Amino acid sequence: MSAPTEITESAVNAAVSEALAGIAAAADSAALKAVRTAHLGETSPLSQLNALMRSVAPEAKAEAGKLMGQAKGQVAAAFASREEEILVVEQHAQLAVESVDVTAAASRWSAGARHPLMLLQESICDAFVGMGWEISEGPELESEWFNFDALNFDEDHPARAMQDTFFVEPADAHLVLRTHTSPVQVRTMLEREVPIYILAPGRVYRTDELDATHTPVFTQFEGLAIDKGLTMAHLRGTLEHAARLMFGEGAKIRLRPNYFPFTEPSAELDVWHPTFVGGARWIEWGGCGMINPNVLRSAGIDPEVYSGFAFGMGVERTLMFRNEVGDMHDMVEGDVRFSQQFGMVV
Amino acid sequence: MRIPLSWLAEYVDLAPGTTPEQVHEALVKVGFEEEDLHDFALSGPIVVGEVLSFDEEPQSNGKTIRWCQVRVAADGQTAADGGDAVHGIVCGAGNFFVGDKVVVTLPGSVLPGPFPIAARKTYGHVSDGMMASAKELGLGEGHDGIVRLAEMGLDPDVGSDALELLGLNDAAVEINVTPDRGYAFSIRGVAREYAHSTGAAFRDPAVHLPATGAAPVATTFGTEFPVAVVDDAPIRGRVGASVFVTRIVRGVDATKPTPPWMVARLKLAGVRSISLIVDITNYVMFELGQPLHGYDLDTLTGGIVVRRATAGEKITTLDNQVRTLSAEDLLITDGSGPIGLAGVMGGATTEITDATRNVLIEAANFDPVSIARSARRHKLPSEASRRFERGVDPAVAAVAAGRVAQLLVDLAGGTIDDAGSVLNTAPSASAIELPAGFVSGLIGYEYTDEEISSSLTEIGATLVASASDSVSVSASGSGQSLSVTPPSWRPDLTDKWTLAEEVARIVGYDLIPAVLPVAPPGRGYTVAQQVRRRVSETLAATGHTEILSYPFLDEGTNNTFGDAVAVSIPQVTLVNPLDSEQGNMRTSLLPGLLATAARNRSRGLTSVSLFETGLVFLPAAGVTYGHGLLAGAVRPTPEQEAALHAAIPPQPRFVSGVLIGDALERQPGQKPVAFDWQDALATVQQIALAAGVALVVRQGAHKAFHPGRTAEILVAGVNGVATDEVVGFAGELLPSLTEEFHLPRVAAAFEINLDSIIAHAGVPQRAHDIQTMPAATQDLSLVVVSSIPATDVLAVVIEGAGALLEDARLVDVYEGAGVVEGSRSLTFALRFRATDRTLTAAEATASKDAGVALAASRFGATIRE
Repeated sequence: MSAPTEITESAVNAAVSEALAGIAAAADSAALKAVRTAHLGETSPLSQLNALMRSVAPEAKAEAGKLMGQAKGQVAAAFASREEEILVVEQHAQLAVESVDVTAAASRWSAGARHPLMLLQESICDAFVGMGWEISEGPELESEWFNFDALNFDEDHPARAMQDTFFVEPADAHLVLRTHTSPVQVRTMLEREVPIYILAPGRVYRTDELDATHTPVFTQFEGLAIDKGLTMAHLRGTLEHAARLMFGEGAKIRLRPNYFPFTEPSAELDVWHPTFVGGARWIEWGGCGMINPNVLRSAGIDPEVYSGFAFGMGVERTLMFRNEVGDMHDMVEGDVRFSQQFGMVV
Repeated sequence: MRIPLSWLAEYVDLAPGTTPEQVHEALVKVGFEEEDLHDFALSGPIVVGEVLSFDEEPQSNGKTIRWCQVRVAADGQTAADGGDAVHGIVCGAGNFFVGDKVVVTLPGSVLPGPFPIAARKTYGHVSDGMMASAKELGLGEGHDGIVRLAEMGLDPDVGSDALELLGLNDAAVEINVTPDRGYAFSIRGVAREYAHSTGAAFRDPAVHLPATGAAPVATTFGTEFPVAVVDDAPIRGRVGASVFVTRIVRGVDATKPTPPWMVARLKLAGVRSISLIVDITNYVMFELGQPLHGYDLDTLTGGIVVRRATAGEKITTLDNQVRTLSAEDLLITDGSGPIGLAGVMGGATTEITDATRNVLIEAANFDPVSIARSARRHKLPSEASRRFERGVDPAVAAVAAGRVAQLLVDLAGGTIDDAGSVLNTAPSASAIELPAGFVSGLIGYEYTDEEISSSLTEIGATLVASASDSVSVSASGSGQSLSVTPPSWRPDLTDKWTLAEEVARIVGYDLIPAVLPVAPPGRGYTVAQQVRRRVSETLAATGHTEILSYPFLDEGTNNTFGDAVAVSIPQVTLVNPLDSEQGNMRTSLLPGLLATAARNRSRGLTSVSLFETGLVFLPAAGVTYGHGLLAGAVRPTPEQEAALHAAIPPQPRFVSGVLIGDALERQPGQKPVAFDWQDALATVQQIALAAGVALVVRQGAHKAFHPGRTAEILVAGVNGVATDEVVGFAGELLPSLTEEFHLPRVAAAFEINLDSIIAHAGVPQRAHDIQTMPAATQDLSLVVVSSIPATDVLAVVIEGAGALLEDARLVDVYEGAGVVEGSRSLTFALRFRATDRTLTAAEATASKDAGVALAASRFGATIRE
């Protein structure tokens, strides 16, 4: 095409048409760059026409200027629009290239886990701390006085022999591995002023061989409340509340007469829940009762003024029927698969 | 305690068709847990048969069998199995005669095993049933032939039900009797409790003995049999025997068979039949709860003296063991010396034998403590000692002796002698004051006066309205104060609390309402409790798995892991460990973690990172722990309390971990990254973060750790400078040790005394203002002698650079070309910032140079060009 010599409407229209066609045909940013040079650059037909403005007669300048301005504006707008279109397409294409299989991600950390016995113990503690109770702890290697005598286990009472106790050398040192967390009750009573509302979780020991339902080392949590006017109805209310927190709103409890040296009256505690393994049924959960006056006396608390209740449950047993753990071995062997199925939540 | 239902039914009404399950349910309500069910596991048709004839047929195997014709139904009638009245039966036994009545298990019956009986071809005949031995019926151990009913003194009708005849259709419930309820070790006591639970009528066998047709038993004696209790050394102030009743029965035939009903009941109760006289004493013991002993009167020398043994004195007991006695053992003696270990086991010299003609019956009440100690000392727990330990009704001894005498008359053909004795010094139970309102106030349920008095009356107590009643005011409205005398069989009822339990138990625990008490405002978790939980959660969140191992270890392992330096350390040793190889309490958590790691690896889990928090047991050298026995029910004096606290060795809580295999396992785009000492140190820093306590790492040494790859961990004091308190170790374990645990050579590990860290925790953190002027960053490479710890160099740079240096950390360690041999290049990334202006590069450089200068003067460091 020869160089134009005059700004005419047809010449401008032809240049615009040509430019618009070029813009529309540009498929990517490289092509669009070439189009910019060809149709908007210094040597483009529109620029060449624009250069003729100098030679336009003054009376025609306004019209020619308007013609040229509209033409340039039309082409520039088309270019900008096409440029935006291409940018979007090309950005999408880039992201598409960068996509990954998120299911094949490498791990940055290995999976860890808490032991479910510890998690369950903590969750029980949370329930009682929520009621304003505090958590008390004590040693596992304990003196016989705290483990037995102060708890109304007379030296010669058959109940003392029935505890399957681990004794420590020399025998006349009267040290044992605590057979229950109840010594913490006495320690707490000696240390603190009444009223006392505490929960004592921890490890206890009995000379049972490990099998599917027994272990010589296990975990108990024991509650103790001493105040003026506490009754067995308060014990039942506390246990019912605890059962609902641990097993769900549908939980029910039942008390059956039993004997423990450190409580009088004493009761066995059963708990019922519709979701238990094997269906809705009663399961033995622990022992409880009103604190025996001799236990209060061991700590110098007057049983004519104060009364109290205590209860104790096994965490292992709770885990077994709450979380369907079938075999005690899984709880003690430390196979990581056992803890890892719980992760951080029991 | 096992209770045959037919026996129970003698003393309490059992509705017809009552199942063992229903009896269990009733007993659970009043406090007797269900243990088991026992029966003979037999089902009919098992009938009485008469041997009409038999032919002996020698077999090729050397045995001779008998091909018998046995009548099992009256002539012309159909047998219980629907077959003919006469059955052909092959029998291998040879102890019977034509005309004998025997027990025939007909086709369709089932023997224990289960062993179903069917007509079967054997030895060329069709044997249409079986003639049973006592062992096959579960009645005895003897297997020397079939049961001949005549030997049991029986001559029943042919075709009658043998199960009913022999008491084999009975069943027993087994219950757990708690140690306070000794009286329930008897049919008498359980029948009473069954009545409490169901309201059924109870007939006390101590009052209404079954009619036997014998002459009534005398309660006074023509001749007093001499008995004396001479206790020079009562245990804890209690005389060894408070009741001692004797009776004499003459002319018994000790070889007479024990009647089958008695054999069956004893069997269900858990003891086998031994001989008629022994069976009778056992039977009455189960029935009334009174242990009894029979002596062959003709072997006694003079009267009986009950006394303490002298230390070293000997007795030969019924089991023919010579036992050396302690001065605390209580003895039954006669003119010849010891003839029985009281309440535990009789002596051999006066034992009842088949030749015994005259029997002296002993029904005594021995001190529970004395019997418990003797039974334990001689390892002779028995049905008798179990009852004495828990308390026997002192009022039942005379009745029980009379009952034995009566049975000896009825079953052994004896006659009651008018000689005997009743010695009774047992104190009668004292009355307990039960103030009005006490029971309701303790239980939290409003009992009526009627409920209280009727339940206490029902258990056998005697009630009198208290004289003080007119002045007592019940907290819970009107009420009757009572003076309550417990029955003789309830030594456990000692105060008003025990009476409250009886009322609550008899009226029913189910009536007690549920009331949630409101505790005073609590303080939440302690700092220690919070830190421990946060540490465990942090470790789990950073890839470690929590385990709980048993704290039992052997001495050598404890010595290896329990101290950094000492070769032998004080330990806690168990008297009665489950495993004698693991008889000590752990001094370190690491061995348990290593054993657990090995177990995981043996199960194909090759990469494990385990942690545990738990107590270790660290007695101090040269300290003797322990204390003497101290009675309860009294608050210890401050001195006693201090001694009790000092009696136990320190038991700090540790947190430890073992990391073996890969920290990151092989995965897409990622090669496996193995655990090493750095993981142990990084984990320790996580613990520090979780505890809110700054920890410092220093090159250290511990004999269980790799000598060149061990850090000791210290708590940082003010300004982050290490204090002298070493709280643990981290690094890699000694390779030879990990191999002993069947683990790979490289095992990273840490062990931290968590209690020591917690002692520094809980101090509120003070915040610094965050400076926002632009920072300047520079790297610094210093060449220093390799033996100088990197943290020391860093500390000096920080010290020298002064306040403008905001942060500095080690980013590279280089040894090799360009660095002189024996030295290394440490590169630190430094970040400088001023609080009030934009730093110039020159200012930052000047600060850095000051750090370099100090490092140069302190360690001879030079800048690496």
